[in-house]
Formats: sequence, structure tokens, C-alpha cells
Amino acid sequence: MWAFFHKLGSPKWFYDISGKILLWLAPITAILLLVGAVWGLFYAPPDFKQGNSYRIIYIHVPVAVLSLSGYYIMAIAGAIHLIWKMKLADVAMRCAARLGAGLTFLALFTGAVWGKPTWGTYWVWDARITSELVLLFLYMGIIALYEAYDNKVAASRACAVLALVGTVNIPIIYKSVDWWYSLHQPATIKFTEKSTIDPSMFYPLLIMIVGFYCFYGVAMLLNMRTEVLSSERKTRWVQDIVEKSA
Amino acid sequence: MSTPLLQVDNFHCERDDRVLFRNVHFALNGGEILQVVGHNGCGKTTLLRSLSGLSTYANGNITWRGRQVSEVMPQYRREVLFHGHLAAVKHLLSPRENLRWFVDIFNSDGGDIDAALQAVGLFGYEDIPCGNLSAGQLRRVALARLLLSPAMLWVLDEPFTAIDVHGIAMLQEMLQQHIGKGGAVLLTSHQSIDVPEVRSLNLEMFK
Amino acid sequence: MSAQDSLMVGMWATLRRELTLLWRRKSDSLNPLLFLLMVSSLFPLGVSPAPDVLALLSPGIIWVVALLACLLSTESMFRSDYDDGALELFLLNPQPLYFHILVKVLAHWLLTGIPLAVLSPIIALLLNLPTEAIPILVTSLVLGTAPLVFIGAIGAALTVGLRRGGVLLSLIVLPLYVPVLIFGADAVKRAAEGSPVPGQLAILAAFFMLSFALAPLAAAGALKISVDS
Repeated sequence: MWAFFHKLGSPKWFYDISGKILLWLAPITAILLLVGAVWGLFYAPPDFKQGNSYRIIYIHVPVAVLSLSGYYIMAIAGAIHLIWKMKLADVAMRCAARLGAGLTFLALFTGAVWGKPTWGTYWVWDARITSELVLLFLYMGIIALYEAYDNKVAASRACAVLALVGTVNIPIIYKSVDWWYSLHQPATIKFTEKSTIDPSMFYPLLIMIVGFYCFYGVAMLLNMRTEVLSSERKTRWVQDIVEKSA
Repeated sequence: MSTPLLQVDNFHCERDDRVLFRNVHFALNGGEILQVVGHNGCGKTTLLRSLSGLSTYANGNITWRGRQVSEVMPQYRREVLFHGHLAAVKHLLSPRENLRWFVDIFNSDGGDIDAALQAVGLFGYEDIPCGNLSAGQLRRVALARLLLSPAMLWVLDEPFTAIDVHGIAMLQEMLQQHIGKGGAVLLTSHQSIDVPEVRSLNLEMFK
Repeated sequence: MSAQDSLMVGMWATLRRELTLLWRRKSDSLNPLLFLLMVSSLFPLGVSPAPDVLALLSPGIIWVVALLACLLSTESMFRSDYDDGALELFLLNPQPLYFHILVKVLAHWLLTGIPLAVLSPIIALLLNLPTEAIPILVTSLVLGTAPLVFIGAIGAALTVGLRRGGVLLSLIVLPLYVPVLIFGADAVKRAAEGSPVPGQLAILAAFFMLSFALAPLAAAGALKISVDS
């Protein structure tokens, strides 16, 4: 176990193995996203109430799901970095923070775009949207904290602590916001279609969710590889790669 | 010779892709003073802060009385006293109040605060808010902690800063008494120390 | 002295020290109160002086402004100890840092959170909050400012080593304040409508317990990082 961890922490080993993983993960991602998108956008039936505008869920739902799991991935990476002082976990945490903030923003953006034809307004203080907004704030806080430190070693540790505090808080925040929304829910906005989604709409959504998870993996690995190369730029093995590709 | 108080092996520090020192090793026995020397920025403060547990940038093997430090942490905390660049004296509290808190959180029961203040030359200043004292007097309040602590090892980072000639003589006297009682001192200073038991450790030898 | 006795002596010493310091630097406790008073009086000027509008908005206004006052006061919690090096003594003494932080934050809450709760009835009168809601307002602030101060302590510990920590502190702490605000403001609003609110107060008390148990742990980790940066 310990040897495995140590190996996992080695940047060179990570660079080699992630290259191999990307070789098959990237094509799988491309196929899943293509199949899901074509199926969802062209072949799934239109919604009887929302018409074609509902099709944005094939982007919106996967990014919203990922934005939340991304926070936990970031926090777990942060915890590993704090406990075992593994450099690679630190890299993963920083990449997950950036990626997660981007995905959260995308989820809010697609939600707003979807909201206009559905509710007639870009922004509603709906429980899910509000939670997503708070999630964006949490990500922004972590990125801002990292940027504020000059000493990047301390910055990573501080962000890891904050991410862990966030993981304890997120369930509480989500529950509170749900409860708050149930008090204020106006009668016009009922939003229960999701639980009764038709299988013909659901299968492409499922493919898109899996596809986005793979995409997340690809984006993380690419991001981390770049970070690893730049932080290890002085070492022999990186210089060898540079010479080979030159 | 029995086991040394403090034994440091294979201590190394890397900051911002730069090796400050590596494979630092030394042993410190009761009755000894070890002065760490080297030019500015060679890692003296990092070494001292790491040994006292404030910093994690330097790592290595540290044993205290022959046991791994991580195994005897509470004892190590009680028996090692760190005295850094900052006086750690609250301006809104009097010297007596400052030291009272120190004595209580370090559980050095039996310490006579007034006697300690008298020994560092602050007789008559016991109840004056520290904000009204001079920089040198603040350092003396901080030095009074050495007299109140039951610690065996004093880790002193530039202890002679901001104190006058009398203060320097007083501190040297304190060092001598401490090692006379079987204590040990690890310090950095640009001042040469006028005590026969001083050995020195040149950090620049461990690049 | 047994380990427990010496821990009690240490915690008591830290409590006495913190209370003395806060007492001698009264502006730290008074400024949040003035902040609450001044910012609250901006709302009638900015929104509307109409009594029914104010009555509708006052639970939310008082809670939001009290929350900001708490946030502003936490910034200085570890600042002077960091600047003068006393934080090193907190970290290096043989007792667990957790307990010292616990005591320190409690002292801070006693001299900032509680006074905010005590002052709140005056704000309630200014903003035309129905008088029957005032006991609940005070209770909710007593219970609610504690988690606010505890969570704020984590943020303060994370940013104490940074020169420009103020705005950053709000960025990282405010999202974490959301649940406390929701339940605190709702308790007062329900009370103003004449409904019973034992559930909301119980949840605030639960937040109090949770932050009491966990926040000093996170703040201790954060302080070690800040001192080591």
C-alpha cells in the first residue's frame, strides 16, 4: 500500500501512466459525448410542455452533477495532500478547483438560458440554482485564497483545509436551501418533471452524464500533466521529453 | 557518554526548488551550547523553527533523549523552549500578566514571576502595560520566560537583538547558569558568545 | 498536577487573557455594535421608511447586518497574536491547540456576539419589527452568532498571514454563513407573524454545537499553516 502511494506520488510515473490512460479515455469520451449529443438533440422526442428547449438538460444536468462531485474530488485530493504530503494530490486539488469553478459557472449559465423560455426569466431563486450559486462562491473562495498566498506550499495547505470545511458544510447548505425554498416556493413554478422523465429522454442523458464524467477525467489529466511538467521542468526526464519532441 | 538530549540526523530543507541545507546532523548534550552560524538566508531560522515544531519545510530524523520526537511530543513541548524574532509580548498586558499566561499554559508551576522580572532588570515595571516599555525592555520580558520555564533545551533565534550591553552580559550569565544546571542551548547569533562551552555548527557546510 | 488539571489551568489562563485583552481594547467590541446601528439605519433611507415595508424586511435586515458585523469583528481575532509572535506560544505549549482556540473564540463571542444580541431590540424598534418577535430575535442572535464567530475563526486563521486579508475573509466565509442566516432570519420572521419557532431555534442550537466541536479543529490546522508560511 505504502509503496503504491509513493509510486502514485512520483511525477514521472504519473506522466507515463496518464499518457497511456488518455490514449483510450479520450476516444471513449469523444464517442460518448457525440452519441449522447446526437441522440439527445436530434432523436429524443420533444417535451410535451417545453418543446425543444428542454434539450439543454443534456448539457445542464451533467455539468451540474459534475460541479458538485468535483468539489468532493477536490476536497479528497486536498485531504490526501494534507495527510500524506503527496505533491500530486496538491496538483489534482488545484486543477479540480479551476475545473469545478468552470463547470459550476456553466451549470448556472445553461440554467439561466433554459430558464428564459421555461419561466420567462433568466434568474429565479430556485433551490437548486441557489445551491449552485453558493457552490460557485465556495469554489471562488478557494481560488481566491490560493491566489492571495505568495508562498504556494502554504497556499495549497490552506486551500485543502478550506475545502474540507466546505465538504462538512455543503450538505448543510444544500439542506438549508431546500428547506428555505420550500417556505417560499411560489405556486407557478412547479418543477417535478425530472422524476418522471421518459426513458427515451433518459438514456441519452445517462450517456451524456457518463460522457461528461470521462470528459472531466480527460480534462483533469491534461491539466495535471501540464502542471507536473511545469513544476518538474528542471528534472532530467522532462528535459528528455522536450528534446524528443523538439 | 549516555544518550544525548537532542540528536538530529539527515535533516534537509528545500524551499522554492532550492536546497537550503541537506544531511545536517548533530548531537546536543546537557551542559552544551551549540551556535548555528552561516550567512543571511542560509536557513538558520528555518532550522530552528523546524526543530521546535513551528515549521515543516525542513525534515529529518530528530530524537529526544533517545526517542523519536513524534512519540514523545508532549514531553518535547514541555522540555524545549523556543524564543524567536518576535517577543510574543502583548502590549495591552503588563509584564506580570504576560508571564502569568505563559507560566499557566506551559504548566511551569512554581515559577516566581516577580523574581524572574527582577533578574532581567525589570524591577518596578511589573504592572506597567508593555506598550509603554522600550523595545529592549520588551525583549527582556521575553527573556524572563527562559527563567520561568522548566525546559531543558533553549532554542534561541537571535536572542541578543535589541538589548543593550548590560542585557547581553545578563543573557550570557543566564546561558551559563542554564548549562550549569545540565541544560542545553541551541542558538543563532551574529554575536560571539563569551562562554567556554560554545561549539559552533556552520550551516554552509551542508549545501 | 495531572494532565487534566493542567489543561484546565491553561484554558482558564487563556480565557482570562482574552477577556482582559478584549476589555482593554474596547473598540473591538464596540465597533461592531456601531456598525450594526449605522448600517441598519441606512435601510429606511435606501429602501423605504414606510412602517409596513420595514416590518416586512426587518428580520432579514437585522440578521444580515448582524452577520456582517460578526464577520468584520472576526478579522482581528488572531491578528495581533500573529503580529507579535504570541501565536507561536499557542502552538508550542504542551496542551492541545484545539482547547486554546475554543476558549479564545468563546471569549470573542461573549464580547462581540452577545452584545450584538443585546443591542438588537433597539434596532428592532428602529426598523419597526413587531415587538412580540423581539425575544426570539435576541435568542436567535445569541444562538446564531456563536456559529458565525466559530466559522469566522476558521477564515481568520486561514488569512491571518496575509497582508490584505479583509475582503478575502468575507469571500471564503460568507458562503459558509448561508445556513445560519436562513434559519436565524426565518425564526424572527415566523415570530413576527406570531408562529411558534422551536424548530428553527433548535437547528441554530445544533449549528452552535457542531461549530463548537469542529471549527476549532479546522482553525487549529489553519493557524499551523499560517505560522508556517
